[in-house]
Amino acid sequence: MFDKILVANRGEIACRVIRTAQRMGIRTVAVFSDADEGARHVAMADEAYRIGPAPARESYLRADAIVEVAVKSGAQAVHPGYGFLSENAGFAEACAAAGVTFIGPPPAAIRAMGSKSAAKRIMAEAGVPLVPGYHGEDQSPDRLLGEAERIGWPVLVKATAGGGGKGMRAVPDAASFLAALAGAKREALSAFGDDRVLLERYLARPRHVEVQVFADTLGGAVHLFERDCSIQRRHQKVLEEAPAPGLAAATRAAMGRAAVAAARAIGYVGAGTVEFLLDEDGSFYFMEMNTRLQVEHPVTEMITGQDLVEWQLRVAAGEPLPATQEALSITGHAIEARVYAEDPSREFLPSIGRLDHLRPPRESTHVRIDTGVREGDEVSIHYDPMIAKLVVWDTSRAAAVRRLRTALGEYQVVGVTTNLAFLGAVAAHPAYQAADLDTRFIDRHRADLIGEPGAASDTVLAVACLDEILRRTADAERTARASADPHSPWNRTDGWRLNADSHHVFTFVDDGKLVRVVVHHRPGSMLLDLPGGKVEVRGSRNGLDEVVADVGGARVRATVVRSGADRVIMIHGRGHRLALHDPDAAEERDVGGGSLVAPMPGKVVVVLVEVGVEVKKGAPLLVLEAMKMEHTVVSPRDGKVSAVHFAPGAIVPEGAQLVALEQVPEEG
Amino acid sequence: MSVLDTTLDPQSADFRRNAGSMGTLVSDLRAKVATVELGGGERACTRHTERGKLLPRERVRQLLDVGTPFLELSQLAAHGMYGGDVAAAGIVTGIGRVSGRECVVVANDATVKGGSYFPITVKKHLRAQEIAAQNRLPCIYLVDSGGANLPSQDEVFPDREHFGRIFFNQANLSAAGIPQISVVMGSCTAGGAYVPAMSDESIIVRKQGTIFLAGPPLVKAATGEVVSAEDLGGADVHSRTSGVTDHYATDDAHALRIARRIVGNLNHVKRPQVELRQPAEPLLDPSGIHGVVPADARKPYDVREVIARVVDGSDLDEFKRLYGTTLVCGFAHVHGYPVGIVANNGILFSESALKGAHFIQLCAQRGIPLVFLQNITGFMVGSKYEAGGIAKDGAKMVTAVACARVPKFTFIIGGSFGAGNYGMCGRAYSPRFLWMWPNARISVMGGEQAASVLGQVKRDAMEARGETWPREEEERFKAPIREQYETQGHPYYASARLWDDGIIDPAQTRTVLGLGISAALNAPVEPTTFGVFRM
Repeated sequence: MFDKILVANRGEIACRVIRTAQRMGIRTVAVFSDADEGARHVAMADEAYRIGPAPARESYLRADAIVEVAVKSGAQAVHPGYGFLSENAGFAEACAAAGVTFIGPPPAAIRAMGSKSAAKRIMAEAGVPLVPGYHGEDQSPDRLLGEAERIGWPVLVKATAGGGGKGMRAVPDAASFLAALAGAKREALSAFGDDRVLLERYLARPRHVEVQVFADTLGGAVHLFERDCSIQRRHQKVLEEAPAPGLAAATRAAMGRAAVAAARAIGYVGAGTVEFLLDEDGSFYFMEMNTRLQVEHPVTEMITGQDLVEWQLRVAAGEPLPATQEALSITGHAIEARVYAEDPSREFLPSIGRLDHLRPPRESTHVRIDTGVREGDEVSIHYDPMIAKLVVWDTSRAAAVRRLRTALGEYQVVGVTTNLAFLGAVAAHPAYQAADLDTRFIDRHRADLIGEPGAASDTVLAVACLDEILRRTADAERTARASADPHSPWNRTDGWRLNADSHHVFTFVDDGKLVRVVVHHRPGSMLLDLPGGKVEVRGSRNGLDEVVADVGGARVRATVVRSGADRVIMIHGRGHRLALHDPDAAEERDVGGGSLVAPMPGKVVVVLVEVGVEVKKGAPLLVLEAMKMEHTVVSPRDGKVSAVHFAPGAIVPEGAQLVALEQVPEEG
Repeated sequence: MSVLDTTLDPQSADFRRNAGSMGTLVSDLRAKVATVELGGGERACTRHTERGKLLPRERVRQLLDVGTPFLELSQLAAHGMYGGDVAAAGIVTGIGRVSGRECVVVANDATVKGGSYFPITVKKHLRAQEIAAQNRLPCIYLVDSGGANLPSQDEVFPDREHFGRIFFNQANLSAAGIPQISVVMGSCTAGGAYVPAMSDESIIVRKQGTIFLAGPPLVKAATGEVVSAEDLGGADVHSRTSGVTDHYATDDAHALRIARRIVGNLNHVKRPQVELRQPAEPLLDPSGIHGVVPADARKPYDVREVIARVVDGSDLDEFKRLYGTTLVCGFAHVHGYPVGIVANNGILFSESALKGAHFIQLCAQRGIPLVFLQNITGFMVGSKYEAGGIAKDGAKMVTAVACARVPKFTFIIGGSFGAGNYGMCGRAYSPRFLWMWPNARISVMGGEQAASVLGQVKRDAMEARGETWPREEEERFKAPIREQYETQGHPYYASARLWDDGIIDPAQTRTVLGLGISAALNAPVEPTTFGVFRM
């Protein structure tokens, strides 16, 4: 076994690999880009080396720099994680050339599976079923159209070198084929530098089921059952589970056999995943083989009780597979949800920002969190915006889904927009609960899953007000304690009035709209005028961020995170952002200032505007020189310049009208 | 430790009847105050707010630190006077916290007769300044007033305690280092113009505030010049040209925020000169006072039942418990502040007066604030007591009260009659604050006694002339006297004329007292020199 390995990756997978290595007593070397100097994986590793600037191609994709670090640090092996260089045969070869073990398959196997069409050819020869299709070299549009006609509509056009949905088109009929083909080729060329495409029958309701395989250098090969990764958006997996729900034992066995056969066909070593499309009738077709550890490997670990990274390390060190096929079995059900910094309501666009507040659910035998970030870290533009993989396990699928929903509800992220609510909506969807899965699940149920971020509910507003009052009270108490008159009843914050009641008004900005809430102080509680009516609210703070509120008799546990004027109120995993309207912040801009007359006698140095120009309040109009000082005359209001009375060099008396502004009607 | 015990059962019929009776009085009080808070009525308020102006109590609320108390003064000022529709005398005054500092706030209510100054308005304004002076509290004037009420000019303009005194006070308060801050949120005409002009710092609201010695009509009459109010004395004129104001605000809320910042920059440190203790709530619920005070005012009760519901931990260290028992004196704490309590528990005899005088000397010597719980029909009368020198013993107590320089707080919790009012620190003895309970009565003597005395005098005179006076006629003579005393002795009548600082719910006594002491501790506790005590 190795004494020291280098982890050629970042984020959660780097942390994941380091965790197993540490458990096995193996020392770890991390590499990092400039953006990751303070990242979690760097902190976890025994050693860490900078390999370049933030962009991946200048750091994590630089095979030479990483091999150099491996040699320099004395690492005996390199774990590539997933993505980056994990499926780069050249990198595997460079490692070998430097005398460092590449923890993964031989370069030939990587190459064999790297081209989709080549992979399919090999698989066909090994007897692995393929989707009817065309993988030929003749890329002429006529030939492709002809092949499409042969396969039968609808047809899927895919980039041969592709992945991640780029260069992919589903074509319903011959009429739209050529345009779609051209588009796919354009995309493929720009994404992969290769515009070749392949054609496949488009399955109406396919499921994405993949089989985890493992092979050692001694000729052993097993599978660790399947994962259902049908819940995808834009061809990227969102929720994965194992085992695949409702899969017949015979099908499972047949898929397992086919996957092992596929691995053997290319002389595979290490962890690999054979991806199949599972049709409604139970037939399955080879899609591709991934020659690396998959993102979603934890669900397999959870149901088999195996550590796949440990398997990888043992196999790479030349040891036999840790378990035989007969010794492997499925226990319970596991689901992984990928928690992303992205905005589902904006086509899942990544959301960049600082994780101001990050509280994952508590880990247990049922809940596992694989993450590479901590509170305060940045989600940057440079890398995948994944925050964590939330993995749950229980004895049945239904129980696991319950665990998932609870854990998603407990997950607290502030600072970036997340897909947590979206994931929760998927997990809560009847079709998901009934395991009615296929790769177009999200498209089909989109309306149920992606809600517009509506206006703040009365409960959210009530919690926001309560939190505000409670914090102010706490602040007042703190100030009071520090004062020379600490017990004074003037320190009260309950709005005490003589023979009368009092109130306070909070104004929040909710998605650009002002919401006004009147808080009437009552003994021991508050009566709130909310958009939905009057509600009595009381409660207390519990720790730093948590508020336990009684809102009209309903008990609500909420977390309120503030940064500046922003308040994020999280209730049952749903966050709502409000900003406390702060008139003080805006006021000074609004105060008069500026004048159109010379404030003192002086010389006009420069005129900055001309007739007809529209100017904003505060805009510089001209510069005067007086008493050896330059003085900028600024516009007292918005308006259009109707006249400039002096030219540069002119001497002006105090009070001289310098510029005229057209009178604009004033509001109110 | 000598924790007061109660002998009253909150479930008893008496207690509940008392509570019901006081509850009715308090409800009526709150209803009256609610009416007063409507200012000049709905229409006037709507007109006011439609102009983008805030109502005076809303101005006060936004001026104060969020959620902090406002100890409003004389809410029922002018109640039943001037035709009955000059709510709160057209001016809101009180004490509140601004940027962490207790301040006196004086806010004109322009919805009430244009915020003009009636005689009681002037009195209320001056009383607020007096409180500021005694307790060294910064003054914030939220000005929105047409000036003196012209029909009442003879009662508001010429005399010493009239309109001019406002500016005299501003100058002298400023001289004493007590900040004077004005926020011009409306008219500020003629004499009123001196409020901002005499202030240390002043703020004016654009298109709302105007300051001029003579308004456009007077200018036109005098010189023929036609000028708008805004051009004559608006925010731009005074912030850019004249320099009468120092800060330019875009609206009321902005002006109030500027005022808060000004107070925040005053560089004042409050250093209470008393030994503070960790406060404790009374062991007995303060709202139980409602059940303590007999519905029938003539029925005696032990004032310790009240004290037990006001002081920290219901703890009273009594002085001379066994001597002069009709006056309860003792040391206690309220909200952690030490106080000396002087409370009537019956008619004042020589011994009780001597005890009171002695106790007041102790408090003055030690710098302990004095709290008077006043429920007194008077000093004992009769030849035995006159011969025993009750006049000189009463005088000792009055001397002690008059001279004591420690902060004094008076609550009229029952009767306030005759010389008892003096000995128990009535208005004339300058307590820092004087509050009345709604069940209280105040007059030179009781209505019945007054009627009897006047009846007796008349009967004596008639009989000297040999005339007879039938009992029924005497009754007809006495009835209006009784009625007059009842009306004029009523707390609403008293409060309307500013004989007090307001009427309070007895259950709020502890809070009102705590606020008052804390406010008073902004001023140093001065040493006392007593006058000659007649021995």
